[in-house]
Order: sequence, then structure tokens, then C-alpha cells
Amino acid sequence: MSTTTIANEEQVAEPGGFRHGDYLTCDKGWKSWAFTLDHKRIGVMYMLGVVFSFFLGGMFALVLRMELFTPNPTIIRSGDTYNQLFTLHGAIMIFLVIIPSIPAVLGNFVLPIMLGAKDVAFPRINLMSFHLYVIGMVMLVAAILSGGLDTGWTFYTPYSTVVSQTSVVMAVMGAFVLGFSSIFTGLNFVVTIHKMRPAGMTFFKMPLFLWSLYATAIIQILATPVLGITLLLIVVERTLGFGIFDPKMGGDPVLFQHFFWFYSHPAVYIMILPAMGVISELITTFSRRRIFGYSFIAYSSVLIAIFGFLVWGHHLFTSGQSPVATAIFSILTFSVSIPSAIKVFNWMATMYKGSISLQTPMLYAMSFLFLFGIGGLTGLFLGMLSVDLHLHDTYFVVAHFHYVMMGSALVGFFGGLHFWWPKIFGRMYDEKWGRIGAIGIFVGFNTCFFPQFIAGVQGMPRRYHQYEEIFRPYMVISTIGAFILGIASLIVFVNLYKSLKKPYDAPPNPWGGATLEWTVTSPPPHHNFDEEPKIYDPYNLEAVVWDPETRSYKHLEGQGLLGDGEQDA
Amino acid sequence: MSMLPLAMIQQEYGEGKNFWFHAQASNFAHEYDWVFYFVLYLSTFFFIAIVATMILFLVKYRRREEGEAAPHGPSHNTVLEITWTVIPTILVGFLFWFGFKGYMSQRVPPRDSYEIRVRSQRWVWSFESPGGIQSDVLYVPKGKNIKLRMSSSDVIHSLYIPAFRVKYDIVPGRYTQVWFRPTMKGEFHLFCTEYCGKDHSRMTTKVVVMDSFEFQGQLDKLAEEATSDPVEYGAKLYKSKGCSACHTLDGVKGQGPSWKGLFGMEREFSNAKKLVVDEQYLRESIIQPHKKLVKGYGAVMPVTQLKDRQVDALIEYIKTVK
Repeated sequence: MSTTTIANEEQVAEPGGFRHGDYLTCDKGWKSWAFTLDHKRIGVMYMLGVVFSFFLGGMFALVLRMELFTPNPTIIRSGDTYNQLFTLHGAIMIFLVIIPSIPAVLGNFVLPIMLGAKDVAFPRINLMSFHLYVIGMVMLVAAILSGGLDTGWTFYTPYSTVVSQTSVVMAVMGAFVLGFSSIFTGLNFVVTIHKMRPAGMTFFKMPLFLWSLYATAIIQILATPVLGITLLLIVVERTLGFGIFDPKMGGDPVLFQHFFWFYSHPAVYIMILPAMGVISELITTFSRRRIFGYSFIAYSSVLIAIFGFLVWGHHLFTSGQSPVATAIFSILTFSVSIPSAIKVFNWMATMYKGSISLQTPMLYAMSFLFLFGIGGLTGLFLGMLSVDLHLHDTYFVVAHFHYVMMGSALVGFFGGLHFWWPKIFGRMYDEKWGRIGAIGIFVGFNTCFFPQFIAGVQGMPRRYHQYEEIFRPYMVISTIGAFILGIASLIVFVNLYKSLKKPYDAPPNPWGGATLEWTVTSPPPHHNFDEEPKIYDPYNLEAVVWDPETRSYKHLEGQGLLGDGEQDA
Repeated sequence: MSMLPLAMIQQEYGEGKNFWFHAQASNFAHEYDWVFYFVLYLSTFFFIAIVATMILFLVKYRRREEGEAAPHGPSHNTVLEITWTVIPTILVGFLFWFGFKGYMSQRVPPRDSYEIRVRSQRWVWSFESPGGIQSDVLYVPKGKNIKLRMSSSDVIHSLYIPAFRVKYDIVPGRYTQVWFRPTMKGEFHLFCTEYCGKDHSRMTTKVVVMDSFEFQGQLDKLAEEATSDPVEYGAKLYKSKGCSACHTLDGVKGQGPSWKGLFGMEREFSNAKKLVVDEQYLRESIIQPHKKLVKGYGAVMPVTQLKDRQVDALIEYIKTVK
């Protein structure tokens, strides 16, 4: 407790008891951040990395969209440059933004507090995971500066091993290191959830966000090593000339696709599952209703994680895989759609007879339902074998995965960020601008990506630097949408940033959440809980009431505790 | 093919085109579109139902005063939850079946198919009819079953003809195939849809569907072209075989050395003794491009499958580039 004295100096008594010796001010200097073992600080540093990468990847996207405004090359003259830009856009957005976004930023911050714990199970591994993230990021940037990368984020062989003249090895090693960062985070979460749940909180009394992080962590631990091995095999083939994937040396390029998607398809669930967890929390809190069908939602997370491992072959429907394998992968792919549908129906039912407030986080949640609806349903087209033959590798696929990854996973992240922002930084952001940002993202996103579905059905292939005149109308609308999306993202983050200039003004529980992080001050104390936490039922929202005096919600004295038998049916 | 009547080109953008699709120009297109619309209407129905319910709830159950609590309500309902699990499961079962049926009919070519050999390499297509006649545009007769036997000499490519609803990857080191029966005369796009590097988006050509009489005439014309003036033929091959992607004619350095004034020039190599460029050297460089590498250039040129006549024509053409 060496920091308590410093914390005490910061302590200022204010009406409502907002302030404490909190984790943000308890220690000073860059070293107190860079080498901290505090999960909250690690979460905040991840946030910086993710937001920076988001804008970097976003800039690449805007340049690409500007180029695609016209069918023939304009601002990007050479095909090589275009290819490097879309590769970097994809690699940055996937490895540096979406995969770490919810687990590493929000999960790191919230998970231990939701469990009533002081920290994750292995704080040092948690710090190492962040350091690996930074190293991986530096390696990716170094690859950009030392010759670029033009293989697509998928690194398909033999292009990546035989033909590409760019710094494939550096980039691949960067992704390899980032993989370890992801594995460590997952490992930490699994152990923390197993070992540090408080008395009374069984698995089926846990907040659903933790269920989703748990399912995600399992995938991270089991699938990421396969990616690591696959990436190393690329390095081995490129540098030592072993014939693993190159057919000229007896290798098989399709083998690479199997290996790669064995990780990268589950990785899609690493991206979407935590977002679904966030949405469960948002909808229940802003509807002020117990989540509907808790166990169905919890089980569906696990089912998605399991099925997610068995569907990689749907990326190979046109790759020369045997018809039997193809048929089996198609059936399994459809089976993933069921648990996803269940979640959506349960969220709708949660809103039924609720007391719904459309504050900024809830706007994102509604936006998620809409976008995930489109992203999920268009997945049915691609799961159907014959339909996929026409749509495979067209803009239909580009639109589909942006609806799922950006429209769902990142919108879920933005929703969660606005939800927990007052908790993380102790300040309320401007609600009006928050809503404008959320609506701007929704409008910009749909304008940008919906036309791409039509372009895809009309036959426009993806990763095209120049295209036929017939596709121009869709590309023009899409580019306009991309700029709306870019401006809206700026509004979102400027609004959040501006709130940091204010003194602390966030009450402990501004939205009416029933999970444990809302019972501590905003921002939380250095050790999360100054006294032994009371463990509340995460979904008994009837025990949480509005207190006009402190402008905060609070638990009714002695009500809604876990294990005191007052569960409602 | 500028000589084709304008009316033919218009077909792709005119007849049969609608909001979602271009022309239905093969035997698969009609059934394909039917299945597509089925899943489109099904998803639209569910999507509208979900969004309408969402909006209804947002309006009807909106919070009317700050901190208002929701009335006590049910937190689960097993019958309802099983219902909304089972119904989608049955529906996607049907979807799988439709998709599988259509897929199998595309994967198994009829025995009587007319086989065209497709060779792909960065970033050119080459089509060869059973008589050994090559072209860079895919000519096919209308109403006949066509099977494409495809191979790649470098990386993975993918042959895609949107108007036929046909696509399949071409993986180096093995043959893959697609089949179709063109049902409409006209010109249609043919794209590469597997990312293959710098000029991936230029790896496009045309499919020209003709009636069988015209088709025969076209084959004769191509055969004649191949035996005409070698320099002229070489100039065509320079473009159609993809040489132009890396070798310029004006002395500008590309991925490979320029052809300007190449013949008779003294060359230095990174892995061989220097020599003066003659026919023998050119022939060797075309057939075994990595045997002698010009200083400053990497081993990037793909091995091409050119016939003797074509190699001769290219050499004759190179001699004329000054």
C-alpha cells in the first residue's frame, strides 16, 4: 500500500462523495503508467493504442475510398501502392484495433471490478501482454516503413511466400507477437473468472459480459497458437525455402488457407462475442429490466465459440475443397446463425415492457441490433453454397464483413466505451454530441457499406484498384458514406476527449447498472474496492433506484444481493 | 472486340438487368437468381420484423421520467425461447439444401462438354480451344455445354463471370474446373477475383458468346492470325501474354528490363557472364527466365507456356523495338 499516502493527498471531500484516491491520480510519472500492474491503467493504455490505430487504419481507408471515387486511377497511381494501402488498412484494423478493442480495453478495465476482485489473476502477465501489443505495433509500423506489405491481411500463399517483394517477414512476425499478447489476455481472463469469483457468484449468476469474455478467451487461447505456427511456416518458407505451401516445391497453397482460417474464422468471434456481451449489459441497463433468457444468452456465447471452430472451411467454398467437406462446412456455418439469432430475440424481449432511455450507449446498442441484423442475415447468403459461388470475393463479402466487424464489433465497442467512460475517467461526456456522433456513425456506415452489397451482386470483385464503369454509382455513394463515417468518428472522440478537461463530475452509477463496477466511485479507487464489496445480482434492476440528490442510481439498502434467496423467476 | 455490333455489348447492361443483377446469360443464372431472391425476401422479412419491433418498443416503452423503474415482468419463457430456436433452425435447413443442390449441379460437368483450356498467370488470361487455337478473349458457342479446365503458373487466381453466376479458384499445381451453358449471345465481363498482386484489377477480359456458325468463323480467324506476319503477331502477344506488365518499350525501368533497343545490346548479369543479346539469349530468357538475371533485377518473371511459333514471333517483335 505504498501509494495510499499519495492517494490521500488527492482525496477531496465533495458532496455526494464522488472523489477518492482514485487509480488515475494515485501515482504520477510515465513509469507509473508504463510499468503499472493495475488492470485499469493497462486498460486505459490499451485504449490509447486502439484509438490511435483506429485513426491510422481509418486514414488508409479514406485514401482508398477517395481513389475508388472514380473507376480509373487518380490519387493512387500504381496498383502496388493501392495493394499496400488496403493490406495495411486490414491488418491494422484487425490485429491492432478490433481484436484488442473490447477484451483488452473494456474487458481489462471492467472484468476484475465486476467480480469484486482487486485485479486480474496474473497482473504481470497482463502488463506483458500490453508490452507485447506495443512491440507488435512497432513491428507492423516498421514493416510499413521498410518496404510495406502487399499480401492482404490474409497473407495468402504462394503470393506471400514466393512473389511479394515487401517486408512480409517483419509484418508476419509482428502479427505473431500480437498473437501472444492476445493469448496472454485470454489466459488471464479464464483464470480470473474461474478463480476469483466472489462467494455467491456462480457461473450462472455472472454478468453476461463476463460470459462473453470467457468464451472469447477460450477461443484466443485455443486458436491463436495455430495462427502463430502458420505465420512461422510462412517465414520458414520465405527465408529457408522449405516447400510447405509453394506447389513448385511440392507444397500446397490451399493448406495455408485451412491453417489460416482455422484461426481467423474463430477470430471473427473473438471480435463479435465481446461486443454481444456489451450489448447484453447496455440493453438490460437502459431498459431497466432483468435480461430476458439469461441462460440461453450465456449458452449461446459458448455455442458460438464451439461452432466457431468448425466453420473455417466456408472461406474455401471456391478453393477446390472436396464437395463433401464443402457441404459439411455449409451445414456447420448455418448452425452458428442459430445462437446469434437467439441472442437478438432475447435482447428484443428484454426491451419488452421496459423503461427505455435512448441515451448515447443505448443508441449504439440499437445501432448494433440494426447493423448486426444486416451483417448476420447477409451471412445466410454466403453460407448457401450455390449463392456463395457468385458472391465469393466480391464487394458483397466486403460489405458483409464490415457490417459484422465494424458495424457490430466496433459499434459495440463505441457503445461500451460511452457506457463505461464515466466510470473509467470520472467525467460525463456531452450527451448531445454523444448522440450526434452515434447517429453520424450509423448514417455514415450504412451509406458507405450498403451500396457495396449491390455492387457485389452485380459482380464487382474485391481488392480492385480500378473497376468497370457500371459499378461507379455504388462506389461514389460508398465514398461519400466513408467521409461521413470519418467525420462522425472525429466527433465521437473529440467529444470524449473534451470531457477529460473537466473536473470529475460523474456519479458512481449514472445509468442504473446493477453490476459491481457501478457500486464504486467514478473513477474507481486504486484497489477497486476500499472495503469488502457487497455482491449484487447483476440483473436485479428493481433493487437499483434513482437518487435525485446525488443524480446517481444506487442499490436499495440490503436488496438485490446475491445468495440471499430473493431471486425473481 | 470493337468489331462486335454495339447491340451485343448493350445486352449486358440492358436486357435482363435489374436492381440486383446483370443479364442471366447461362443455364445457372435463372435458378441462381430464384434462390437468391428467396433468401433475400426471407431475410428482409425477418429484418423488418426485428427493426419494427425494436422501434415499437422504443416508442411504447420509452422512459417518461428520470429514473423511472420498469414494471416487474417475466425474465424468461421456455416455450417462447424454444420456438424461436427451432423455427430458424428449420429455415436454415432449407437454405442449406437449396444451396447444396445448386452447388452440386455446378460442380459436375456433363460428359459431352466442349473443353476449353484456361491458363492464368499474373495478370493475363489465355484460352485454348481443342484445336490448339489460343486467344486472350474467351469465345464460346451459345447453347453448348462448356467445360473450362484451368491452371495457374504462379499464384492463385479465380475465374469469375458474373453474367453466368460462375466462379472458381485456380490453384497453382493442380487443375480446377467450371462448366456452364451460355444461353445469351453477347459480350460479358470475366474477372480475376483472387487477389494476385499489382495488376490484379486489370486481370480482366471478356467472354464472347456467339452462335456456333460465328464461333467457327472466329476460330478460323484466330488460326489465320497466328500464321500471319510474325512481327504483328509478336506485338499482339506482347500485350496478351502479359509481357507489357513488366517490360516497357520506351526505356523506362519496370519490374523487368525495358525492350527498347534490346537486341544487339551488351548485357551484364548477376549470375552469368555478360553477353550481347541475340536470338539464342532471348529464347532462353523467355523459356527459362531465371537462368540469367540482368543486374539490378530479381527473379520475378513467371515461366510462360509459349509455343515455338509464339517465341519466334516475340523475338521478331523485340528486334523491331528501337
